[in-house]
Amino acid sequence: MNTALRRVIFFIALLALWEISYRLNLHLEFTPVRSFPNVLGVLEQLYIGFFGEHKILLFAVLTSMKRLIVGFILALIIGTLLGIMLARYKVVDETLGALIIALQSIPSIVWLPLAMIWFGRNDMAIIFIMVIGGTWSMALNTRMGFKNVQPLLIKAAQTMGYSGFPLFRKVMFPASIPYALTGARLAWAFNWRALIAAELLATGGLGHTLQYAADFFNMNLVVAIMVIISILGIIADQLFFQRVEKRVLTRWGLERA
Amino acid sequence: MELELKDVSKTFDKDGQPYQVFSDVTLSVPSGQFVSLLGPSGCGKSTLLNIVAGLEEATTGQVLLNGQPITGPGPDRGVVFQEPALMPWLNVLENVTFALKALGKEEREERAINYLKLVHLSKFIKAYPHELSGGMRQRVAIARALAMDPHILLMDEPFGALDEQTRMMLHKELLAIWSQTKKTILFVTHNIREAVQLSDRIVLMGTRPGRIIKVFEVHLPRPRLATDPEVARLEEEIMDLLGVEIEKVMKEEMGDEYGAEKGHLLHRTSSLVGD
Repeated sequence: MNTALRRVIFFIALLALWEISYRLNLHLEFTPVRSFPNVLGVLEQLYIGFFGEHKILLFAVLTSMKRLIVGFILALIIGTLLGIMLARYKVVDETLGALIIALQSIPSIVWLPLAMIWFGRNDMAIIFIMVIGGTWSMALNTRMGFKNVQPLLIKAAQTMGYSGFPLFRKVMFPASIPYALTGARLAWAFNWRALIAAELLATGGLGHTLQYAADFFNMNLVVAIMVIISILGIIADQLFFQRVEKRVLTRWGLERA
Repeated sequence: MELELKDVSKTFDKDGQPYQVFSDVTLSVPSGQFVSLLGPSGCGKSTLLNIVAGLEEATTGQVLLNGQPITGPGPDRGVVFQEPALMPWLNVLENVTFALKALGKEEREERAINYLKLVHLSKFIKAYPHELSGGMRQRVAIARALAMDPHILLMDEPFGALDEQTRMMLHKELLAIWSQTKKTILFVTHNIREAVQLSDRIVLMGTRPGRIIKVFEVHLPRPRLATDPEVARLEEEIMDLLGVEIEKVMKEEMGDEYGAEKGHLLHRTSSLVGD
């Protein structure tokens, strides 16, 4: 039995178990019927959300994705620049580096009250929280990447007349890419978490729809949103990050093809 | 005179104490000569090569290349390290053109391909380093160093990490390249047989303190077979001299236990011959 088949059987069994529990609850009422989501109900919510009159899930996904992409790109740029500074200047590493490690331990949603006062209940506040969430891991991984460039590669490049910025651009930068990729993957994951959390308290997007579903006691919609988030996560991770990472690791000689 | 070293010494800080790697090294290498620096580990032969490469500075003394003092690394000296040091994200062709940044794109590629032909890798120009064997990677590194058309080729135990068969093949290939390009080669090794097979001149270095013990001019015709009595005699002479040096290292490393181990010494030195 191959992996795909095993997975399909597992998920079908899981869905069946869920449906059976739902039906048992329908008769025995362990918990109020309305608070128990069911397979068909979730599918219905997904259908209505994407193809119904208001398409609330479709618009929520688009709003969230827009924020996510802006926040992710900003986190990548700022994180990379910070990482380069940390790796390049010892004094920055000793001062700002310590601060970044401290900031990294704060869940980014903690910044929400400040963000709302500074920017208001809008996209800016949400993007700010996402950037805070993703930047630190990107910065620390980029720093690691530059610190771990093989000294021999630098020496070899020096004997070929490279120094200063060309050495940085042609050797240090490409050599650090595997680490930067790990940083990007972490930043993406932190961005997602920050986004949904921030949207619960702001306007528009999947997080907001989740809040709305909770207010109206629509548990099927809550699960539908969970499904959407996990599908988007799988797409980003499996179809993008893992493929890029595999290619990079193989070519960089860090993993056998 | 191509390369000249005058009273070169190197001292560095080791746990706050000055540690002398070697002193008073005086050596001149004429154009086109194949010179080996041979010695046990710790004699500073690699440090000496790094000084010529411009990667390290001499503490005292003068290092001149064609009359000009060496101030830093530069493309007039091609270096091949023990590890190939190829850029893993570049393919074979790009790795060689990497060394030719001063030229235009077409000229760069043409020249790189020519040198890759010289090391018999023209079929693999699109391959990435992780797809090549150790010997092939080292040949790319040699092509890359040669492509810069340096005055001198500096090789730091370039075949030390390869298996015996690959090494023997690359010895042949290196001699063929040398006779075609007429490059001056400074070759660091701890392998007596390798030095004897390849060199016009063998600079034998000792340790504690590092210094030149003796210089052998080797006028034997190539290829030099290990069975040739003259080759064998030279190997033996070098081994006797090196034995004394190795004894010193072992005495230092083993301390009081050394006397008990002495009987094994001859056995150990013989492993230096072929590896």
